[in-house]
Amino acid sequence: MEMREKILTFIEKNSRVDLKELAIILGVDEATVANEMAAMEEEHIICGYHTLIDWEKTSIEKVNALIEVRVTPQRGRGFDTVAERIYNYAEVNAVYLISGGYDLLVTLEGKTLREVAQFVSDKLSTLDSVLSTKTNFILKKYKDHGTVIAEKKKDERMLVTP
Amino acid sequence: MRNPLSERITTIQPSGIRKFFDIVSEMKDAISLGVGEPDFDTPWHIRDEGIYSLEKGRTFYTSNAGLKELKIEIANYLYRRFGLSYDYKDEILVTVGGSEGIDIAMRAMLDPGDEVLIPQPSYVSYEPCAVLANGKPVVIELQEKNEFRLTAEELEAAITPKTKLLVMPFPNNPTGAVMEQKDLEAVAQVVKKHDLFVLSDEIYSELTYLDKHVSIASLPGMKERTVLINGFSKSYAMTGWRLGYACAPKVILEQMLKIHQFAIMCAPTTSQYAAVDALKNGDEDVAHMREEYDGRRRFLVHRFKEMGLSCFEPYGAFYIFPSIREFGMTSDEFATKLLEQEKVAVVPGTAFGACGEGFVRISYAYSLENLKKALDRIEHFIKGLRGEI
Repeated sequence: MEMREKILTFIEKNSRVDLKELAIILGVDEATVANEMAAMEEEHIICGYHTLIDWEKTSIEKVNALIEVRVTPQRGRGFDTVAERIYNYAEVNAVYLISGGYDLLVTLEGKTLREVAQFVSDKLSTLDSVLSTKTNFILKKYKDHGTVIAEKKKDERMLVTP
Repeated sequence: MRNPLSERITTIQPSGIRKFFDIVSEMKDAISLGVGEPDFDTPWHIRDEGIYSLEKGRTFYTSNAGLKELKIEIANYLYRRFGLSYDYKDEILVTVGGSEGIDIAMRAMLDPGDEVLIPQPSYVSYEPCAVLANGKPVVIELQEKNEFRLTAEELEAAITPKTKLLVMPFPNNPTGAVMEQKDLEAVAQVVKKHDLFVLSDEIYSELTYLDKHVSIASLPGMKERTVLINGFSKSYAMTGWRLGYACAPKVILEQMLKIHQFAIMCAPTTSQYAAVDALKNGDEDVAHMREEYDGRRRFLVHRFKEMGLSCFEPYGAFYIFPSIREFGMTSDEFATKLLEQEKVAVVPGTAFGACGEGFVRISYAYSLENLKKALDRIEHFIKGLRGEI
């Protein structure tokens, strides 16, 4: 694996690691890691350092929805213009262009069902190029970003073995 | 009543690890760095094949030597990874873990009085297996100054007219030592000169961090005098499936097969079906796990250096074997105090042979998070011993 891939693979799972430690783990000097990280931030390969949270375990109410959106692409711009119109809303978490039965998959976060529903009917559906929407509410997250969030795994091995 | 026991069995001491296990088990919230098995789960696609074989009702015996499909995959794998050519028809035997292979190889090869050379520190079962097979274990004490590799001189010095078999436990548990091609070539010379056989336990062959593992059986003239032991436990994180294999020239393997046939019948069928998938589709999983272990290994080596604890850099398996001689206590005392004071469990080097005195085995088959916690405690402990706090 080349250095960038090594760094990215590691920090994708643990972005809290400090540079010195990461350098030791990867077996290179700290400056190399620091330079690569800075360059990748500059090139927007590293786009942010987020935290994976299981909101269900808190008392904070959140509603997440996946919305399938069918749109009319624009001449010369394809889906980009309408995608931009949608991703500019702060409520929108992610926008993906999808192959298959619809065009854009939009993930949305709101405080209540009503809030999400209102966003879809007031903002999303009313956009000129949007043909139809289908809203799917997420009931429970089992695994996210490659990490099982439903439960923490216990080490069940015997404590000492040859 | 007559004594129900054989004389031979009563001369064998129970594993030194057992005693330590009992102490650790009593201790609440101890962090253990004492296990000799991967912390990863068996990759899901491999487990899935095992489950599927059960769903299909494949709950019968397989042929004694193992599923044909699996033996073919083993032959392919050994060629692909280590350039070894074994005929799946009569040179490969699927066993219940690598351990069974060690046992039946010794039973197939030794006559009373035959001497078996066992480099130590090493895995706990070679010596008792040699005794149970009527052989006479002769220990070669490996040196830290050689990074616990076996040298031709050490081997030469241990050979007598009765020497028949040399055990080659590399990559090594507990030291993490590896034998590179040049080291193996020197040993092979001596082996051939004295017409010895080799029992090469390569169960950690996928876990090397310097170069790719070299099998002694791949050296010229060595395949015909080598019994190769390998398995799925460490490379694919499949310890509980109990599945390994032995490869040897037909003349040896057919006798091993006889013992296996009468004592075992066949290796677990579910595990064999899962293992076919491991060999076909598991290369990436192995590479991923190796990468993880390597990062932890570098982290530990670095931390021990920072602590000023003397330790050679291990390039194999998932153990590190620092010296604790500076503290003037035995390995046992050190491990016990560390457990009592800091609640960290490590295994005394003496569990792997008397020459492990002065060392402890630390396993890095743990998450980095766990290792960090444990290392902080070890640092605190040794600072205390040095009177620095």
